Amino acid sequence: MNDFDVLVMGAVAYDPKVVTIWEGFKSYFYQNGLNFDYVLYSNYEHQVEEHLAGRFHIAWNSPLAWIRAQRLASSLGQNIEAVVMRDTDCDLTSLIVVKSDSSIADISDLKGKTVAVGAIDSPQATLIPLSYLRSRGLIPGVDCEVQYHDLLGGKHGDHIGGEREAARALIAGRADAACMIDGNHLLFLSEGTFKPQTTRVLAQTGLYDHCNFTVTNSAPRHLVERFRDLLLGMSYDDAAVRPLLDLEGLKAWRTGRTEGYRALEAAVDEFGFYDHDGNITVTNYRY
Amino acid sequence: MTETLQSPIIDIKDLSFEQGAHLLIKKSLSNLPVGGKLGISGRAPELAIHLRSWCRAQGHEVLFEKDRLDSDNLNQTANSPFIAWIVRGKASTGRWKDAQRAGAPDFREPNAIAEHPSASWGLAARGAKIEAGGPEFYFGLNIKANVWAENVPRLYAQAAAAQWNPNTAIDWETPFELPSEIETAVVQIMTYLVENETAALLVPARFLAQIHPHFREVMQLLAIQVADEARHIEVFTRRASLRGHELGLSTVGGQTSLKTLFDEPDFTLSSFLLSVLGEGTFLNLLWFLEEHAPDPITRRVAQLAAQDEARHVAFGIGHLQYQISLDPTIRERLAAAVHRRFDALAETTGLNEEVFDSLVILAAGKWTPEAISEGFGKVQQLQLEMNQSRQSRLQKLGFTTEEAENLSSLHTRNFM
Repeated sequence: MNDFDVLVMGAVAYDPKVVTIWEGFKSYFYQNGLNFDYVLYSNYEHQVEEHLAGRFHIAWNSPLAWIRAQRLASSLGQNIEAVVMRDTDCDLTSLIVVKSDSSIADISDLKGKTVAVGAIDSPQATLIPLSYLRSRGLIPGVDCEVQYHDLLGGKHGDHIGGEREAARALIAGRADAACMIDGNHLLFLSEGTFKPQTTRVLAQTGLYDHCNFTVTNSAPRHLVERFRDLLLGMSYDDAAVRPLLDLEGLKAWRTGRTEGYRALEAAVDEFGFYDHDGNITVTNYRY
Repeated sequence: MTETLQSPIIDIKDLSFEQGAHLLIKKSLSNLPVGGKLGISGRAPELAIHLRSWCRAQGHEVLFEKDRLDSDNLNQTANSPFIAWIVRGKASTGRWKDAQRAGAPDFREPNAIAEHPSASWGLAARGAKIEAGGPEFYFGLNIKANVWAENVPRLYAQAAAAQWNPNTAIDWETPFELPSEIETAVVQIMTYLVENETAALLVPARFLAQIHPHFREVMQLLAIQVADEARHIEVFTRRASLRGHELGLSTVGGQTSLKTLFDEPDFTLSSFLLSVLGEGTFLNLLWFLEEHAPDPITRRVAQLAAQDEARHVAFGIGHLQYQISLDPTIRERLAAAVHRRFDALAETTGLNEEVFDSLVILAAGKWTPEAISEGFGKVQQLQLEMNQSRQSRLQKLGFTTEEAENLSSLHTRNFM
């Protein structure tokens, strides 16, 4: 890329609102002296490949995309960095939920049962909770049946549809347990997918982190720094930027950190999702 | 709430987030400064899980680690187990920074009504505290001087209290017999009234959606005015059809006259032409029908419609008086509008012959030379009264006697 005066970002269009969000940010950056543009991909796999191929500078990556980018970069002899993330990307947990009247009292009781999960590529509703079960001695697909709700493959579970389908499967009795991110459990209760006191949290995973803005070492440093400073300077007090923060689901931006991806890294290896060079090795993954 | 100098702890007992735990937590947090800590004790099974998730979404920090407990609070005894500390984030206050109070609900309070309400106040209740940064609504009529009248709140209250039910306010079963020709004249008048009341419904309806809702009483009054006209259209249609006659005639001249009202894009000029001159003239017509109509049902529908029309005229005059008090040069625009409309209608025939003749027949009540002569005289008297009333209303707006005479004579011969 020759034009170093424009910072170009890649993002995945998991929902039509993505255009509204990035048009808003583009206008904000422009008003603050940063020329910014964005390209949208329909899936994270293509986005990561294009990013590492130098087609754009900075990627709004899912945690799974971050892991693949890291592995691809390593195999190509490049370095990548997580520069910024949302406050709401930090310290998440996933839940394994059963019905209140179920006899399942422990992870071991899931032996021989059906566990509903989200999309095959969802960190929060599939990979991390299944890895958690495995760490507690229950091997998914062997000790219990895994029921995928594979909506919108390649979007790494950004779309809530798969989790909601898994939750509905639990309520309808088509599954004995369902996996979801903690915030969605509260959402499903408030929106009525779960009626009050009809579900019980069987287990909660450890803390993990979600999305980040990833840059390669070939990205123009001065633009990346301006981008980071502008994001970190956005205040929820400011009525002009608050709608953008609300749309993107955060109250404040934080400096990127990568310690929170270890649980997902382990899950990727356990399920053979990517190999160490970042090649896709999981089967039945359509995106 | 257990208060200490350091940080309070609340015990929310069995209350879970699915039952509204956030309400108690928000209330307690609102008493703390940004950065202040609130301890949460409780027994709901998923409290810790949901607390973490809720705090993340609200921008509060949550501390589960026991070693971060304030040492002074360690000995506090709560009935329920301690769950976590919440550190109040600044987002909950940030949302209301730069929020504006949009006037006050009671128009009598000082500064209750803004001269030029912000487009981003949108649909908010007058008096609400409005978050900054909201979407902007386009309301073309967004200046108080252009829509307000001091008598609006009173007129709205009267209008709301005076709504009548077309089914019960009129005894449609009242017996009467009319010769067929007289009935035909009544049907023609009713047909003409429906056409005119349709204009009187649509014209304010088109302005209604352009008025900034901050001018609530004006919006409400116009809404009722539209509903009034809907009822008038109903009762006039019902009277026209009461004896099974076909409806009467609609003329090019009549519709051309109404179209000049319909096409007027300026609210002030439209109020003047429609409410002050048009409906004002109609008021005389309705009183005439109330007095001279040959059957009790026609007299009753005219009486009910006249009560409503009087309010419409009063708002038009009140609105224009308010506007003229702020800018007397408006009168010149009003006069010019009358001239323009006169010029536009110069080539039309004015009140259609069928309507005029029907009024004479209706007032005559029978087909004798004496009765027709008497009816004709009554209609001439009606036109005289219409002219005098128009002049009187024009003088209320500050026009001189001579100006009022001149402008009144240029008013459409179609009455409305």
